[in-house]
Amino acid sequence: MTTLDGEIVLVTGASRGIGQAVARELGRRGAAVIGTATTQAGAEAIDRDLRDLDIRGRGLRLDVTDPAAVDAALKAVTQEFGAPTILVNNAGITRDNLLLRMKEEEWASVLDTDLTSVYRLSKAVLRGMMKAQRGRIISITSVVGATGSAGQANYAAAKAGIIGFTKSLAREVGSRNITVNAVAPGLIDTDMTRALPEAQRLALVESIPLQRPGEPQDVANVVAFLASADADYVTGATLHVNGGMFMA
Amino acid sequence: MTDISNIEARVKKIIIEQLGVKEEQVTNEASFVEDLGADSLDTVELVMALEEEFELEIPDEDAEKITTVQQAIDYISSHNG
Repeated sequence: MTTLDGEIVLVTGASRGIGQAVARELGRRGAAVIGTATTQAGAEAIDRDLRDLDIRGRGLRLDVTDPAAVDAALKAVTQEFGAPTILVNNAGITRDNLLLRMKEEEWASVLDTDLTSVYRLSKAVLRGMMKAQRGRIISITSVVGATGSAGQANYAAAKAGIIGFTKSLAREVGSRNITVNAVAPGLIDTDMTRALPEAQRLALVESIPLQRPGEPQDVANVVAFLASADADYVTGATLHVNGGMFMA
Repeated sequence: MTDISNIEARVKKIIIEQLGVKEEQVTNEASFVEDLGADSLDTVELVMALEEEFELEIPDEDAEKITTVQQAIDYISSHNG
């Protein structure tokens, strides 16, 4: 296992689910981890979790839809730990609805939180990475960004947007030794997917060749790979972590 | 009145650092792209470094017009202080 000693990781949406597993796994491999959450309570929970696991770092309250807050957070992190060398764009929400009924606000809030935040955070860390001539930007997209999903036009659009963003930025900053990749989880056992109706969940599991939902750790392992030196020559890629539910 | 020669020296120092070129290549007439081998990302980085050094903001439409060493010196001289 390659070490992440000396790396400084920023993970958005790290209080639970996939983000929490990513924060823990990258920390376990030696990185200092700054995990963000939208609430103060969430940030404090991350703080405690990292301390319990003996991981250097801290929780940070951050609303990823607030550009000024993103800039302020980056400044604070850089002062305390140094410029982030790895960014994991994980924060995301769903506001499912059939398009016929989808409110402008449901569309806008998902696009802002799930896609525009990736633009904001990536831009904010890029300057430090360009100076350092190295860096990793890893964004969590979704299988539905590739397949589409009835009732999730907003979420699927945002997640597909991340894939296009990833490929473009990978081209822009490849010459600076910065890699930009995406990870596309399928059905992962988290609060977000536990909110699905049971019948829909079961039908989804039946469509998975590996016959089970994934665990957040399954996704964290792949993020850790992309963050590590093992993935030095991987950029612009979307790695699917879905038990075979969809094969690209 | 700002000290032009001092600005010139600081601008050239940044260009040498950012573009990884030799001091003698950085003549006042040198073009970043044609003479100093800069690509589009290099020129954006260069403008950002100049903004940082001289604590000013260079709007995109102005940045596009800064293509030579002399143009950078002139721009900074007229917008600095």
